[in-house]
Amino acid sequence: MLAVVPAAHLQGSAASRPDDPATITHVLNRLTFGPRPGDVERVRQVGLAAWLDQQLHPVNIDDHAAEARLPQLQDPPDSTDVKELRRFARRQIVTLASDKLLRASYSERQLKEVLVDFWFNHFNVYAAKGRTAQYLPAYESEVIRPHVFDHFRDLLEATAKSPAMLFYLDNWLSATPTGIRDPGFGIRGLRRRLSPIPDPRSPIPTKARNKRARGLNENYGRELMELHTLGVDSGYTQQDVIDVARAFTGWTIDRDGNFRFVPALHDNGTKVVLGHTIKSGGGIDDGEKVLDILASHPSTAHHIAFELAQRLVADDPPAALVDRAAARFRDTNGDLREVVRTIVTSPEFLAPAAGDVKFKTPFELVVSAVRATGADVSDGRPFVQVLQQMGQPLYMCQPPTGYRDTADAWVSAGGLVSRMNFATRLASGDMPGVTLPPDVAPSRELALRLGSPEFQRH
Amino acid sequence: MNSRRIFLKSGAMAMLSLGFAPSFLGRAAAAVTARRKLVIAIFQRGAVDGLNMVVPHGESEYYRLRPTIAIPQPGRGSMGSAIDLDGFFGLHPSMAPLKPLWDNHSLAIVHACGSPDNTRSHFDAQDYMESATPGVKSTRDGWLNRYLQVSSEERNPLRGVALARTMPRSLEGAAPSLAIGSVDEFGVRGSTGALFQDQYESSSDRLLSAASNDAFAAMRTLRRAAGVPYRPAPGVGYPPTPFGNALQEIARLAKADVGLEIAFTELGNWDHHVNEGAVTGQIATRLDEFSRGLAALAADLGDRLADTIIVTMSEFGRAIAENGNGGTDHGHGNAMMVIGGTVRGGVHGKWPGLADAHRFEGRDLAVTTDFRDVFSEIVVGHLGASRSALSRVFPGYTPLSPPGLIRI
Repeated sequence: MLAVVPAAHLQGSAASRPDDPATITHVLNRLTFGPRPGDVERVRQVGLAAWLDQQLHPVNIDDHAAEARLPQLQDPPDSTDVKELRRFARRQIVTLASDKLLRASYSERQLKEVLVDFWFNHFNVYAAKGRTAQYLPAYESEVIRPHVFDHFRDLLEATAKSPAMLFYLDNWLSATPTGIRDPGFGIRGLRRRLSPIPDPRSPIPTKARNKRARGLNENYGRELMELHTLGVDSGYTQQDVIDVARAFTGWTIDRDGNFRFVPALHDNGTKVVLGHTIKSGGGIDDGEKVLDILASHPSTAHHIAFELAQRLVADDPPAALVDRAAARFRDTNGDLREVVRTIVTSPEFLAPAAGDVKFKTPFELVVSAVRATGADVSDGRPFVQVLQQMGQPLYMCQPPTGYRDTADAWVSAGGLVSRMNFATRLASGDMPGVTLPPDVAPSRELALRLGSPEFQRH
Repeated sequence: MNSRRIFLKSGAMAMLSLGFAPSFLGRAAAAVTARRKLVIAIFQRGAVDGLNMVVPHGESEYYRLRPTIAIPQPGRGSMGSAIDLDGFFGLHPSMAPLKPLWDNHSLAIVHACGSPDNTRSHFDAQDYMESATPGVKSTRDGWLNRYLQVSSEERNPLRGVALARTMPRSLEGAAPSLAIGSVDEFGVRGSTGALFQDQYESSSDRLLSAASNDAFAAMRTLRRAAGVPYRPAPGVGYPPTPFGNALQEIARLAKADVGLEIAFTELGNWDHHVNEGAVTGQIATRLDEFSRGLAALAADLGDRLADTIIVTMSEFGRAIAENGNGGTDHGHGNAMMVIGGTVRGGVHGKWPGLADAHRFEGRDLAVTTDFRDVFSEIVVGHLGASRSALSRVFPGYTPLSPPGLIRI
């Protein structure tokens, strides 16, 4: 039995009743990676409201079965051979991507997985930049995952102090432009303090650039405001970018790959950020104050509310809903659980018109197909390849903007052909490591349903 | 010419029998009489060392700062030396396959070319070059796609084709375009193709229906026009590598008259921080594949080269001085190459010199030609875009007077 409900079912007048199958299907489409066979009935029995409450408190959901499927991550090899370490990094990325796919497919904490995907993408890092791959496992499991139902300020701080983000957006190199007072903390010293893995792709790979690289790096300061908090064109100036970057000087990475504040690299002068004066001598508190200012700024509330509504409701989400979600953000001090709750219990989200208007990203498509067929995936790697071909290689999105979440980014002639071919392969039992359940026979009909226009939307 | 006409005729009839004729058919027919202009963009990802690719052998600073990786002056090296172009610049010896194009004035080089943005981050610099909006990260589409958007409303994804696994940033955007691994790979496997086509055609989802129609129309065109195994022109040998294969597929599409206007492919692995090599070694191997590929493409295109511009680019250049590992670190200005039948051969651009006072940030080749000036001249002088169209392809930028790469 396939969990593919034709879109027409959502258009019926019954769709506004909370516990009817069409509404449940819509909710499962958006708040999970797609319904599995029997899911609609299971939710109906628990009641939609109760199911939603469970999903908003995932700690109460037993997830051992899904955890047991995940491959063990290997430790980096005890070696300084550059080629060997690069090979390891490549394998690591594939393992992580496979891991992500399996979690999305089998975790019972579906809303959490949807939001982990959302927040990783919001705070995107690119695995192929230098050491980022090495910091990636901890970034997802210790920085993003624990905070998706937390207060935004905590999630923001966790990313600000994560080696993955510090490295990806170059803040680990950013130092007071007025000169480094302790020569031991020049860039050369910094590199010595970093983990001993040599990496020729690192932006500061040799002593030849030590002199030049010392100084302020604005990369993180700019993206922190443009992408992570306020949103583009929300009124900050180049001087704000510089002063935010100055506030984060000295936020770097130690030799064990952990966050470390190095006072000798910090610019101790006075900063002015969005009209707030940060007095001199604050040390690490400068950065903390900037995070306070940005996390509590109304533009941030609106930006985060808009992005969540875009992911969960529509490419162009209703302004009134975004405003209410932003207000909830401000009233609860950025409680992300409450912002999500506001969105997913809204009449706009539950309206019949909200059904099937989102186009699945390649990742959403692939996982929803696994779930709809009830396939048993023992190895996620073939899917990792499929996603590469579809243009959404996991952890390999180069720009800090992350992947886009709107139909225009993903609807294309070549993309559709890839989707049809994926549907054909999965439905003919042609994916290595994938077993279809006994009651789902490989068939052309199955291929046509998984590759149909309806199944590309959710 | 005759066989092409026959193809179009039978192709049109076959499509009519399917119940619809894609809008680009009219244009494809017109292409028989007025062949389309073609731009082939080639991205050297990873920042090629432009100073060892197009060697300023007349600069003493070059030899002083690169004691172990410099390319010797023409005639000087025992293992090989620069191929002299004009008494001051020379090609890396691995680039000998391109010398005939230089000799017949079909190869233009723009040296000290690059971005006004000073980033030395590969991904930022590639992003800026492909969006062609240096310093602006919010640009969603690429410059090649914007050209397709402003030049025609025709929905033919074969106007813009990337021989690449994923759509390169340069071709991303609202105009239909394709990213394919190879021509033969682009199709629906098994026997479900026609059924998918029906399903999408009858769907009320107009966005998906249109994209699917584009896809199947492109598939049919490709099957008819490029359905037989491709044979390059006699005597042409592409390197047997993914890059060589991609170039061969581009020539195949160009010659099949499927409406191709923009083609894109890329060659990576230029980021030689360690053991770059000189006349032999890593960079020599890369440049060998690169040059043999370009030379084969130009030869294979034959008389189509008259309507074609091949342009090469890389996100930034490399530092003038070699580093402590026999390699070069990220720098600034670089060299771009422009090949084609209407090209004004020669080394273009103002050479800033390598002396301390003329360097960018004290260490790198300065940029004297904005890469968008090169792109702009191609868009206007070769593709024939209007000035107002140009401002939409390069938003926020007014090009300086064209570098003079194209004969009018």
